[in-house]
Amino acid sequence: MISFNLLVAVCLAYVGFLFLIAFWAERRADQGRGGWLHSPAVYTLSLSIYCTAWTFYGAVGYAARSGLEFVTIYLGPTLVFVGWWWILRKLVRVGRRERVTSIADLISARFGKSNLLGVMVTVISVAASTPYIALQLQSVTLSFSVFATGTPQGWALPDQRATAFWVAAGLTLFTILFGTRNLDADERHHGVVTAIAFEAVMKLVALLSVGVFVVWGVAGGPSEVLAHIEASQLADWPMQPGRWVGLIFVSAAAILTLPRMFQVMVVENVDEAHLATASWAFPLYLMAMSLFVVPIAVIGLEVLPKGSNPDLFVLTLPLAYDRGGLALLAFLGGFSSATSMVIVAAIALATMVSNHIVVPLWLASRRGRAGDAGDVRGLVLLARRLSIAAILALGYFYYRLSGGSSALAAIGLIAFVGVAQVLPAMIGGLFWRGASSVGVGMGLLTGFSVWLYSFFLPSFGAGGLLSATLIAEGPWGIGWLRPQALFGLSGMDPLLHAIFWSLSLNILAFVTGSLLSIPGPVERIQALAFVRVFDGDAAAPSWTRDSGAEAEELLTLTQGFLGNDEALVFFRTEAGRQGKAGFLPDATPDFIERLERRLAGAVGAATAHAMIAQHAGRAVISAEDLLAVASDAQQIMESSAELRQKSEELTRTARALSEANEKLTALSVQKDAFLSQISHELRTPMTSIRAFSEILAEPDLAPEDRVRFTGVIKDEAVRLTRLLDDLLDLSVLENRKAQLTIRAANLHDLINRALAAASNTRPERAFIFDRDQGAEFLPVITDADRLVQVFINLVSNARKYCDADPPKLKIVARRKAGRITVDFIDNGAGIPKEARGLIFEKFVRMTDTARAGGAGLGLAICREIMASLGGSVAYLPGQGGAAFRVTLPVRPLSVAPDSGS
Amino acid sequence: MAASHGPLFVARRAYRRRRLTDAARLWPILGLFLFVMPVLWQGDDGQLPQTAFGGLYLFAVWAGLILGAFVLARRLGRGSGQSSTMTARPWPEDRGE
Repeated sequence: MISFNLLVAVCLAYVGFLFLIAFWAERRADQGRGGWLHSPAVYTLSLSIYCTAWTFYGAVGYAARSGLEFVTIYLGPTLVFVGWWWILRKLVRVGRRERVTSIADLISARFGKSNLLGVMVTVISVAASTPYIALQLQSVTLSFSVFATGTPQGWALPDQRATAFWVAAGLTLFTILFGTRNLDADERHHGVVTAIAFEAVMKLVALLSVGVFVVWGVAGGPSEVLAHIEASQLADWPMQPGRWVGLIFVSAAAILTLPRMFQVMVVENVDEAHLATASWAFPLYLMAMSLFVVPIAVIGLEVLPKGSNPDLFVLTLPLAYDRGGLALLAFLGGFSSATSMVIVAAIALATMVSNHIVVPLWLASRRGRAGDAGDVRGLVLLARRLSIAAILALGYFYYRLSGGSSALAAIGLIAFVGVAQVLPAMIGGLFWRGASSVGVGMGLLTGFSVWLYSFFLPSFGAGGLLSATLIAEGPWGIGWLRPQALFGLSGMDPLLHAIFWSLSLNILAFVTGSLLSIPGPVERIQALAFVRVFDGDAAAPSWTRDSGAEAEELLTLTQGFLGNDEALVFFRTEAGRQGKAGFLPDATPDFIERLERRLAGAVGAATAHAMIAQHAGRAVISAEDLLAVASDAQQIMESSAELRQKSEELTRTARALSEANEKLTALSVQKDAFLSQISHELRTPMTSIRAFSEILAEPDLAPEDRVRFTGVIKDEAVRLTRLLDDLLDLSVLENRKAQLTIRAANLHDLINRALAAASNTRPERAFIFDRDQGAEFLPVITDADRLVQVFINLVSNARKYCDADPPKLKIVARRKAGRITVDFIDNGAGIPKEARGLIFEKFVRMTDTARAGGAGLGLAICREIMASLGGSVAYLPGQGGAAFRVTLPVRPLSVAPDSGS
Repeated sequence: MAASHGPLFVARRAYRRRRLTDAARLWPILGLFLFVMPVLWQGDDGQLPQTAFGGLYLFAVWAGLILGAFVLARRLGRGSGQSSTMTARPWPEDRGE
């Protein structure tokens, strides 16, 4: 027999194993080696969180109570998946296109990025999922107690509440550790999905093993099983047509609207083509899970003593035949079902709560303080972690409140009908352009209230949350308001009654509201984008006008949400798309829209929209604009993709040209100045040399003066030589004739050398250097002396120009994808935007010559050096000071011809 | 309004493909029809349908449905080539309405 301690040990070992799988998958994904982790098989298996402990234990109990009716719960999803071409295909496409983070986000994005709707869907989802999570806790607790009763050793029945509590606490920990490790821009959790896929295999194997054991081990083969069925109390099929159709419908609705299903189906989807595989593979999984349910139920009823709980036959049957190992496998299967559901549901709900409730509240609290958004990621992560804990706590309290007594299937159905209230809004949003936010709001409110009143509250039993008299006679004795017999519809099955009234009133309110209201501009554009999602990307025309937003301001904002690196990569890509070099794209409507979508991937559409609007000061769209948009859309749809592409290309070229032109104009001014510059640069030292040598010719000069003047002459000569050296150096570099001495070096040493060498620039200033010395130990194969020259230049520039007190220089070295980046970030005023394009040109100085003390060739030389080393040096905007990024390959890209010299 | 829905005649392959998507749309409807069928089984002699037979029937329909979906998914996937990522339109000839 299995002891309690062994059971706990097995559970812990199993969770530890899951942990390893998740960790490993996360590592692989981080390294960009997704491989088979991104296969349709993993996608399909992850969908199996539809089968919770309710399926694993409850299906058999359900079958033992009402025969074949249990199968409706799997027929609905089967039809939805087999009919993927209708809804799922569109849902996944829209979800990916709009970077939807949750079902609440989908509804909010579709209906004018309204956060109120997001909040409503969040509340419904949390309310409906609470019983479902309670159900998982209950089933794990029950399965523990099975092993407790009837054991010869007689270990005491563990306190069920304590068990449930520890299970809830453990799951909270696991979910927090893996669900909120980082704030992914696209809300994907590779580790969790892989662990879930593994659990899917586990529960299938467990249930099939028990089934095979029952059919061949106990009954003696399929035909005997059929004979057993015909002889059992389940021989007749008490078909209730209303329930049969209603349950197929509500389970089909639930697979679309359950937050956790939406999470794995849409949010975690990495490739739309996986849906085609899942369209048959997921129904196959469901069929396999239900295959042995009736046989287990029939044999259980026959073999086990009367009064044993049919919800636990999967465990008690093997135990009755003394198959401890099989029972343990079944236990792990049930444990898997419960844990995977709770983990994904908690992640999905926490995303909703943080994106639609916490972050908007936080934003509202700092309204009027636009500008630096700071690092919001910490806040979002904290919000998610707390939400996860809160959601599991809610589930635990529901479990305690409901006493954990009702049959498993009944609790699951409450959740199904609850989340199904989102279905009209979802389907309407995807297929009906006229569906409006007013309609959705009314529909959701109506459906949710009816569900609460007629199904959820009565689920606690008479005298629970609703008094017995209220249930029997209605509030204030008004008969037609009885919760389970609304409008006099008594004698109906409570489930059917709840489905019927909640959904029909929901749809009625939704349609009426939509027909009578006029949606705003954003909403109409989103409607078009959703309903016509297959008409190509141009279906939603750009609707923002040139907002005059500062790209740099937007960059600062984006960094708060995506983190520094992600934001810079995104901005650089966008700048490249516009044909611009550097990190700052023009704040075109097109760019702002893409940025908004990217941010929506992190915090949800409504919040992203609000943030961008706040920062970009987006102009309100007028009626004429809307008309223009409408006719644009018509034209765009009719024009060919080729034309579109060409025009895009033209725009890009035009932008590149205009930028080049701007630069050329500036440069020609520079070039004109070049000659006078160089003459000036050469003349100044020459003049003083000449003047002082004339003075030296004076016979009656004091010896100390003579020494001083000789010193001046020498200094000026040195300056002259340095200038000529620099010019020579630059011309050699520009013609790519520089001799490089390639060797291996340690970046840390190079930075040290540069800091030491630069310390005699304005030595009176005490600089604070902020370095992560450990991270600097990177091997690099390059011309070390040249690289040090670049570093020295950047550090001395910081020493010269940084005007902060105390001056600080942060040096960040990193290695990423075969390239090393070193950032030099000071805390001064930085370089004004209009000057950034020119600082790498020759003879450009930000301040007076006197202060700079150089000829203004330093950065031009740096640029040329980096180019010949196969890297680059660029100005890094949005860092709160002057910042330069040096990028170089870890080893020379190709074996340079002069590397050996 | 039909004018905006593309040409009247299309090549044989495109035509077959459109019918394939029609089949993909109709398949679940056939499934629903067969799954709801047992509702009508209550004979006039008041006898309830048998669980054993009903179960076999349901699982047979289920398996057939899955098989059909498998074939349809394979053929739809093959015609569309690379259908991954967000590029253009992986499943042409479809206006999603």
